[in-house]
Amino acid sequence: MFAMKINDLPLNSEIAAGTETESLLPPNPKSSGQRGWSRARRIPALIAGSIMMLLLILAAILIPWLSPYDPITQDLSAFLQPPSAQHWLGTDQLGRDLFTRLIYAARTDLGIMVLAEIIPFVSGIAIGMLAGYYGGWVNTVVSLVTDTFIAFPFYLIVIIVAFASGAGAQGIYITFMLVGWIVFARVSRGLTASLRQQEWVASAQTLGLPGWQILLRHLLPNILPQAVVVLMTDMVGVLVAIVTLGYLGIGIAPPTPDWGTMIADGQSFMTTAWWLSAVPGFAVVYTGISLSLIGDGLSDLWRRKS
Amino acid sequence: MTKINIRTARREAGFPSSWRWIAIAALRALIVILCVTTAVFFLIRIVPGDPAKMILGEYATDESIAALRHTLGLDLSLWEQFMRFVRTLFTQGDTGNSIVSGVSVRELIAARTPVTLLLIALACVLAIAFSLVLAVLAATNKDKLLDHLIRVFPAITLGMPVFWVGLLLILLFGVRLHWFPVGGVKEGWSGMLYSLTLPAITVAFSQIPTLVRSLRAQMLDVLESDFVVTLRAARIPRRVILFKHVLRNAALPTLMLFGVNLSYLIGGTLVVEQVFGIKGIGSLLFTSISSRDFPVIQGIALYCAVAVVAIGLLVDIVAWWLDPRTKEKR
Repeated sequence: MFAMKINDLPLNSEIAAGTETESLLPPNPKSSGQRGWSRARRIPALIAGSIMMLLLILAAILIPWLSPYDPITQDLSAFLQPPSAQHWLGTDQLGRDLFTRLIYAARTDLGIMVLAEIIPFVSGIAIGMLAGYYGGWVNTVVSLVTDTFIAFPFYLIVIIVAFASGAGAQGIYITFMLVGWIVFARVSRGLTASLRQQEWVASAQTLGLPGWQILLRHLLPNILPQAVVVLMTDMVGVLVAIVTLGYLGIGIAPPTPDWGTMIADGQSFMTTAWWLSAVPGFAVVYTGISLSLIGDGLSDLWRRKS
Repeated sequence: MTKINIRTARREAGFPSSWRWIAIAALRALIVILCVTTAVFFLIRIVPGDPAKMILGEYATDESIAALRHTLGLDLSLWEQFMRFVRTLFTQGDTGNSIVSGVSVRELIAARTPVTLLLIALACVLAIAFSLVLAVLAATNKDKLLDHLIRVFPAITLGMPVFWVGLLLILLFGVRLHWFPVGGVKEGWSGMLYSLTLPAITVAFSQIPTLVRSLRAQMLDVLESDFVVTLRAARIPRRVILFKHVLRNAALPTLMLFGVNLSYLIGGTLVVEQVFGIKGIGSLLFTSISSRDFPVIQGIALYCAVAVVAIGLLVDIVAWWLDPRTKEKR
């Protein structure tokens, strides 16, 4: 889906270099799990990203107690107020508290972002591993499909599919079920294909281990770290897509708070109340930075291990 | 020294010949276009919502709706509609007439093309220019403050929705500084260029981080290679090494990446047009979506598929031509 992001990642060569070619045993990523935490503490990117994410999640959970306002009830007597002590970020054109809506929107958008990625993540890895391990016509078909999607304007696909599957969260889930798996299939296909050349896979095959056991017990644990790093970057893309659909009016339907529709609503008041559009965008950027930091940190963590 | 015939060597190593290579690439491109068109045809017809009802309004009688459905061919089975669509595509090179205005889709798209193409071209030029400057600055100042700043950039911009960047630029340069118009497109070529500058910067902005990252990494790779060390030892001026040797060798992978990303850039353009109120392909897409104008949506998808595939093919051919490792000796 996000071709440009995949191309940035250090893929096969790095993983292949990290695994010992001489060994007949698969590298076991779980062997040093206990020391993981002490190692993680030494990676500032991971710490910073996790703290930023935790703060946002905490705020989203606690918002009913943090704010006296309702995100949907209108108060036309208090419309378009500038930031003040009562309304930290002011109010929108319908008199709703901007800060309250901003945090409620985090609930909507982050929730959909995570749910929309679960099925693509699992199915993409499964498809990619099967194609990479067995090769043949499965591989040909998968690579043709992924190439087709990657070569096609992402937003055109998303807009058409989201429109076709109806507005709202349901449409977003269907859209990403259809297009989201591709990025994971690409990554895991490449990794599986390069790991398959390793001698420990050949020795497992000689021992008569069935294919599914090699895939699940030996190859999957070695692919998962890289896939999780990709997941972090991809989630940023999914979030931006959700927000963009909301902005275009084919995503989350009002009055449910969503950063995209908030930006769209604020656009008419650019000259008088610019923060209405600017602030929800900063929330997206904040989330994006925290996910990127976590992704960078995790890839650092796993690279140092090998 | 024995002279190796590259052509025979390539054939023996299993590389396809140039013409065969181009033929395979073109065939693949054709398959992609066909797949996309078919997928879009069936996708947009699953949508709930009847275009006939939408045109005639809420109070239309059942008979008039049925009559309109008949004239539009919507009462046919999906398969018959598809056959009719394929026939029009191959005989007229068109996806039919707009359901709403009755105008040929090809004409509708042709009328909107110049603005969108100019926007894309302008965005490409800006993206390449900015990326070159930033990548050279980062690579030549490796691990200094400037390099770190340029490298932090992608992590921040990754999560920036392109339409929001556009809004911020409008706010700063349009509303506050009055340097550029807030929206719309002015008459004439210079007017068009002037009003498309801000949208083009917006589109380019989303591409620059990835390009800089790739080009910087490639440049550092080349800078560390043996031939650059030799050039340095031969006291070739730094500037000459950098621009004549390093950049030329480092540019190819970035060019390939840019080719892949162009499809992303085109998608971004559709959204950015909406922000700046530009009457291009993007705004045509959105009006057609809200009026369920199937033939137009279909036409735009086909048009974009052809454009993207053609660009991809072109980049492949150029890269293959440029890369000395695949180029034949003359």
